[in-house]
Parts: sequence; C-alpha cells; structure tokens
Amino acid sequence: MSDAITSEWTFRGYEMVVGLEVHVELATRTKLFSASPNRFGDEPNTNIDPVTLGLPGALPVLNRQAVELAMRLGLAVNCTVQRSTFARKNYFYPDMPKAYQISQYDEPICIDGWLDLPDGFRVGIERAHLEEDTGKSTHVGGTGGRIHGSEHSLIDFNRAGVPLVEIVSRPDIRTPEQAKAYVSELRAILVAVGASDAKMEEGSMRVDANVSVRLPGAEFGTRCEIKNVNSVRSVGRAIEYEAQRQVGMLEAGESIRQETRHWDETDGRTHTLRSKEDADDYRYFQEPDLVVVDPDPEWIERVRFSLPVLPAARRVLLAAATGQRPDAEAILVVTDRDQDAYVLAVAAAGGDASRALVHVKEAFADEGARPSVPAAALATLTRMEIDGELTATQAKQVLAELAAGGGGDARAIAAAKGFEAMDASELETMVDAAIAAQPEAWAKYCSGEGKALGALVGAVMKESRGQADGKAVTALLERRRDA
Amino acid sequence: MTDLTDSFPTTAIDIAWNVRNNIVRATEVVERHLAEIERREDDIHAFNLVLADEARERAAEIDDAVSVGRDVGPLAGVPIALKDNMCTRGIPTTCSSKILDGWRPPYDATVVTKLREAGAIVIGKTNLDEFAMGSSTENSAFGPTRNPHDTTRVPGGSSGGSAAAVAAGFAALSLGSDTGGSIRQPAALCGVVGVKPTYGAVSRYGLIAFASSLDQIGPFSTTVADASLLLESISGHDPLDSTSIRQGSLDITRQLDFGVAGLRVGRITDLPEGASSDVVERLEQAFDALRDAGAEIVDVEVPAFTYGLTAYYLIAPAEASSNLARYDGVRFGNRVEAPDTNAMYTATRTDGFGAEVKRRIMLGTYALSAGYYDAYYGRALKVRQRIADDFARAYERADVLLTPASPTVAFHLGDKTSDPMSMYLCDTYTIPSNLTGEPAMSVPFGTGDDGLPVGVQVLAPALQEAMMFRTAAVLEQRVPR
Repeated sequence: MSDAITSEWTFRGYEMVVGLEVHVELATRTKLFSASPNRFGDEPNTNIDPVTLGLPGALPVLNRQAVELAMRLGLAVNCTVQRSTFARKNYFYPDMPKAYQISQYDEPICIDGWLDLPDGFRVGIERAHLEEDTGKSTHVGGTGGRIHGSEHSLIDFNRAGVPLVEIVSRPDIRTPEQAKAYVSELRAILVAVGASDAKMEEGSMRVDANVSVRLPGAEFGTRCEIKNVNSVRSVGRAIEYEAQRQVGMLEAGESIRQETRHWDETDGRTHTLRSKEDADDYRYFQEPDLVVVDPDPEWIERVRFSLPVLPAARRVLLAAATGQRPDAEAILVVTDRDQDAYVLAVAAAGGDASRALVHVKEAFADEGARPSVPAAALATLTRMEIDGELTATQAKQVLAELAAGGGGDARAIAAAKGFEAMDASELETMVDAAIAAQPEAWAKYCSGEGKALGALVGAVMKESRGQADGKAVTALLERRRDA
Repeated sequence: MTDLTDSFPTTAIDIAWNVRNNIVRATEVVERHLAEIERREDDIHAFNLVLADEARERAAEIDDAVSVGRDVGPLAGVPIALKDNMCTRGIPTTCSSKILDGWRPPYDATVVTKLREAGAIVIGKTNLDEFAMGSSTENSAFGPTRNPHDTTRVPGGSSGGSAAAVAAGFAALSLGSDTGGSIRQPAALCGVVGVKPTYGAVSRYGLIAFASSLDQIGPFSTTVADASLLLESISGHDPLDSTSIRQGSLDITRQLDFGVAGLRVGRITDLPEGASSDVVERLEQAFDALRDAGAEIVDVEVPAFTYGLTAYYLIAPAEASSNLARYDGVRFGNRVEAPDTNAMYTATRTDGFGAEVKRRIMLGTYALSAGYYDAYYGRALKVRQRIADDFARAYERADVLLTPASPTVAFHLGDKTSDPMSMYLCDTYTIPSNLTGEPAMSVPFGTGDDGLPVGVQVLAPALQEAMMFRTAAVLEQRVPR
C-alpha cells in the first residue's frame, strides 16, 4: 500500500498537480446561525425557522459549538486558529434563501496546517473556514435529476444553514493514490475529533478537486475544478481522468481553459459546467450582521488539550505493538475501524498483539470499536496458538465460536472441539504412515517436486481430522527427506 | 390632541402613571387616540394599518390586570405606533413596498416583544419611504404622509409616518428606524423628539434591514423624558442580534435633570454649509441657551464630516443591494406570475420595487462589483473610519456636539422628488452618526420660516445617551418663544 501511494504518477511525461477542497458538515446539534436542528433525513422543510428561510428581519447568531468543532478539526490538522470574520458571498440561486451565503472569506478561522498521509507524505493545508450550507434542490422530470429539462424543482431547506467547514489543501498532491489517502485520512481525523460524521454517501463530506498538469519542474498549469466527486474511489478516478484529459489537450496543441467541470460517475468523464468567464461576481463584503470571532488563547488551548489521540499516532502505537509498519494494510484497516485499542487491550491481557491484529482484521470486519469477544478471551486464544496448542485453522474455529457466543473460555471451547496439541510421537507415526501409503508422492517430493508435499500433508491432516499443525507436519517431512 | 382645559394625560409618562394607578383606564386612552386618528388620519396618512381592534383588546387586558393589582409595566396603556418595517406576528408588515404585500411575519421583532412586556399598546403600523429609503415619505408605495403642521408639506423621512403620528397625537409614542437620519430629520420637521441610539443599544431582530451596519431603531415622543422612558424599555442585549451590545438597558431617566453645568458643548467649525438661516439662527440660540444653563461652548473640528454623505451613499446602497436580493416572489410577499421562473422573478421585482429602491440596488451592486470595489465601497469604508477618528478627536475636547438636525424646515410635497441629490442632502447633518454608530437626537427648538418646527441635533459618544439626553432636556426647557 505504501508503495502505491509514493509511486510516481506520470502520463506521457506530465505530472499532475492537485489540491483538494473538502466540505464537511459539522456534527452540531443546531444550525450555524439558528436554533433549528442540524439533522439529516428528516421530513423536508421541517427544520426551518425565520433565519433559515431568510425571512425579512431575521438575523444570524453564530453557533459556538460550530466554532469549537472548526477549531478542533483545524488544530487536529496542525492549523493556527486566528481572529476571523464572516463575509457575504452574494449570488442568486433558488436554494439560497437570503441570496447570499454567509462564509468566511479573507479572514478564515484556521490557516497554515498540514496533514501527513500514512506513508509520511505531507500535504499542506492552506485554510479551513466556516460557512453555511445551502438548501437542497431536487429536479423532478427530465433526465438524471439535472435541472435542464426538468418539469419542476423542489427545495428542502432543512440543509440550509447547516454548518460546513471547507478545508483547502495546498496543491501538493501528485498522484491519485495520494488524493485518496488524503481524503481517507482527513475523514478519519474528522470522525476521531467528533467534528463530523464525514459520510460521503450522505453528502456530509464533499470533495472538489483542483487539477492541473505540467512537465516536472515547469510552472503550474491552468487548473480545472472538478465537482461532484462523491466517494474516495471517485476522487482517484476523477483526477486520473482529468489529468489525462488535460495532457491530451496539451499534446494536441490546445490550451487548457480555466473552468469548473462536473464528474460523471456513470461515464467516467468530466464535463464542462461553467467557464471562468461565466463565473459569478460574488461581490463579497464583510457580513454586517455578525461580529468578529476571536477565540482567546485559553479557549484554543482548552480545545487543543481535549483532542483525542489522532489516527496517525494510533497507527504508530499499534505498529509498535505488533511489529508492523504504520502504513501496513492491517494497521490501516484496524485503526480505521477503531479496533486498535482493542488489539492493544488483547496484548495487555497477555495476548500476542501480532496474531490478535490478524484475527481482528480478518474476523471482526462487522464489529465496532468494542468487539463482542472480551479482550482476555482473544488473549488466551493467541497464547494457545503461540504455545502450539492450537493450529491457525483451529484458532479460527475457536474464534468463530467465541464471536458467536459473545465470549466464553477459549480453552474450554478448544477442549470441547477435541483440539489438543498432538503428541510429537503420535504425529511422527502419522507422517510415517502417510509416506508408506503414498510412495510415489514421497519419491517425487524427495526429488524436489514441491507439489507432492500437498498430498502428504493432506493425508496427515485427514488422518488427524484436522488437528495436526500443518507447519509441524511439513517440518517433519522435511526432516525425514533430509535425513 | 385634547384641549388644554382637559386634564386627560397626554405624555407617555403621565398616561402610564395614571393607568398603573387605576386613575385612567387604558381603554379610554386608546379610544381617545382612535378618535383623533378618525378625525385627521385621512388628511395625514400616518398609518399603513390602524390596529383598532387589537389595541382595544390589549387595553382591556391591561385594565383587567390593573384591577387585580398586577404590575402592568412602565408603559402601561401607552399607545405606540410602529414603523411598518418592524415585524409583527400575524400582522401585515410591508416596508411600504408592494413587494411585501400580503406578507404576515411569523414572528415579532424584539422591540415589539419588549413593548408588550412594558405594557405598551401597538395602535398601528406607520408609513415610510419604501424600505426606509428616502427623506420625505414620498417614496411609499401607498402614497405620502403629510406633515401635521401643514399638510401641503412632507413630514420628512423615512420614518415620516411615525413622526407624524406622534405630532398629530395619534399615539403618545412611536418607533422609527434611522439609517442616515430617518428618525432625526422627520422629528425635526414634525416638531417632536427623535432619537437614534448607539448602534447595538437596541436589538435589530425583526427590523427589516435596509443597511445592516447603519440601521438602528429609536423612539419618537413629544417630550425628552418620554423618549428616555421608551429607549430604556427597548434597549438592552438581545441574544438574537449578534451586533447588540452586551449590557443591560440604557440608564438615562435618573440623570435627565442633572443639567449641563460644566458640560463641554462642541460647535463644529467646519460643518458643511447648506443650512437655511432660520435653522442656523435657532442653532445659535441653542448654544446660548446651553451656555446660560452653565455649559461651556467649545470649538471643535470634524474635517471628514463633509464626506459622510458620499461614503453613506456607497455603503448603504451596497448593503441594501445584498439585503434586498431575497425579495423574489417565491417564499413571501407579492408574486407577479409569469410563464417561467426567471420571468416571474423579473416581473415581481419590476412591479414590486419603486424607483428609489431600484436606484439604490443598482448603485450598491455597482459599488461592490469586481474591479470597482476598491474605488467605491472599499474607499467608503476608509472614509467611514476617518470620520470615526475625527469624531473621537472632537470628543476629547467636547462632551456633546450640537448641529442642525435638518438643513431646512419641512418642504412641500413634490419639491425634491425629481432631484434625488437634493433629497439626499436632507441627511447631511445626520448621516455621520450612523457611520460612527454614535447616538444623536433631534429635539424641537422653536420654529423657523412659516412658523414650522426646527430641530436641534445633539450628538454624543457611543453609549453616552445620558449626557445627550441631559443636554436635550435643558434645550427642551429653554425653547425660544
């Protein structure tokens, strides 16, 4: 996995230059500027109020919890929290009830951070700023839910005014894998600090990609902004497609137009949405209905100290305990599932961390941060494996039983299944019997045909009804052959 | 409103005292005011809506409460008129614009809630220049309001209806909003007291925005003491308005009679010219009156004062262009049907907004546009800061400042409607206080040409309302006869 991330991406000698703008909905109880609930999936237009609807005379009041969550995520990605202001971004659209979006513009709350990918590659973060979400339009009739050709449109204002943070990376990303790893890592951090549930499928995390290409060492090329990238996988596909498209244009002697493009998941292409010339003039000016947000140092430090251990540090801990690299797949998967603490608990209970990691990764995909099997039970199981009391196959069966019963005594289950460590002489008798029964296989094995080993081992396993340790059998056969 | 032999109370303080002490019934107070409205409203047109039934009901509630000994509040039984840009739940609120026709807000403005708690009785919604843009109330979509002192003349604006309502005795008190002088100028022209408080002293929640960084709600009354009582009742921090100052209500009334002995009253030597001689004469008499009362008159300079008007006509339209973009005929107010949505927006706005509103939306949109922002809006913000700096320096030498409230007495209807610039100049002396956020008030001080009222403006540093009111109270006692 680490190789995939760090490997160079080039296409006909060009490299890609990518910056990501990630919008996340904050997990606040109420909206950014009003007391209506911030809740996904409710009956349309039920979480509304005069502020949300932009009724005449209504005024925004900033949600302190939103500021704190923005600070949490900003500090988690090493940003500086600063004095910040809000501006009005004026544009007219039916899902924008005030005809302006309140957004932080030239003075965002968080600036100058970075995020380290699991393989150590560092992506700079330019800023993270607060803004309000728009309502959600649904276009009825026509094709593909697009406004063009639709018969009418419905607007749900439940989402209007939901707090968003837009996290803007620097254009440091050079490969699709880095982009995907950045989104995954950012998502893990957001969830870990409780800033957002960051569900791309529900739209609570949305990614726009700024993509350009250049010959290595050259100036940055003209960039295109790709919208509608709705999964980690799409992030990789969309920027790969877009970078190749741009290289194709340059090679054909055309120039790249700065524009906003729409990623179409079904045809795997990006399509022009609007060019820079068509871009709105947002007529930004400072929002006169709000005051400066200037968190005092004490508040900032309180938030900083309340941050949990972040995924990257947790991976390092787990890697140290299990003897793996921090970006090994099992480490990434288990940490992403929040099961790293459980593996460490198994180790603390006297278990083998490395084996516990494998079991958790393989068997607990559907379990949460606290698997139903007590850490002590898994600890016992891994000890039995280490001590040769159980084979890997047997251990899996015992674990399945433990999981089904929500715990239990690993030793008792193994005994009930008749899994006992086989006496060495007993095993030798079985191996000798297998050699005697299959002289042809034995001859082939001795002449160096490795494939013949399978038949011999299989015979022993069958004779022992699966209780023999495959590795021990192989070792015995080798010893007989080399004798 | 009543003849002088009649001892029936007319000021808010007297009405409330009599109602609270069960000497006069609120129902009778309301009936007397409704009778006065009945008698003269057709000539004056102060109201967009008279809430006769609601006022009677509310008065009956107050009388019942008094009869069982409940405390009914400092404004018990006092009829008050509200400028029709303050939201009243379930009651039409129009901003005197066709575009809000038929809209009934689902909520009350904070000031309305506070008035109810104080025992006041809302008697009607008053006329204004559409969206508070104007200085004569002639920009109302529902026709102009006329000056009770001479119905061929304007009451000033934009809060002309609220000023006229108090001047005509339709209500003991009223509320207006002041963005560039919209309380003080009509107060001067109608011969009543009008106050623009410190920005943030009174909640703007439920005040339909014109220019959010300048708008402020304030009182009209016949006496300085009544204005003080009303301002105390509506001021104080409101968690629903982020720009409201985090402190309790203003404390003014206790200091009203402290006088001006030792107070330094500033005369701005570089004040823009343009005031008519009758107004200038009254201003000089006001300085004399204050000197006689023990104040020290000091000369100060406010060099940037003169740039206020220019800066204002960039900043206010810029904010207005943003604030008014939401009126599209979809969610509230009037809609003009058309074949498709875009045509509906256009038709609704074309029909719904008047000429002055459209002019300011265009001005403001232009001032904020890419490529023009720095030259217009950005520069105006710098001027705004410079004006504030100049005032701060002036207040090192003076405690309060005195200027005319309006350059002239009330002018005739139609006099300035064809020349927007001449109308804009009406606010020369009032605009700087909106730009600085500092308080200012107009207090009647005799009459000028044609026997029409003249107002003198008292200006003070932020949150120094008590000092401003003390000065106004002295002027009120020394009005030239």
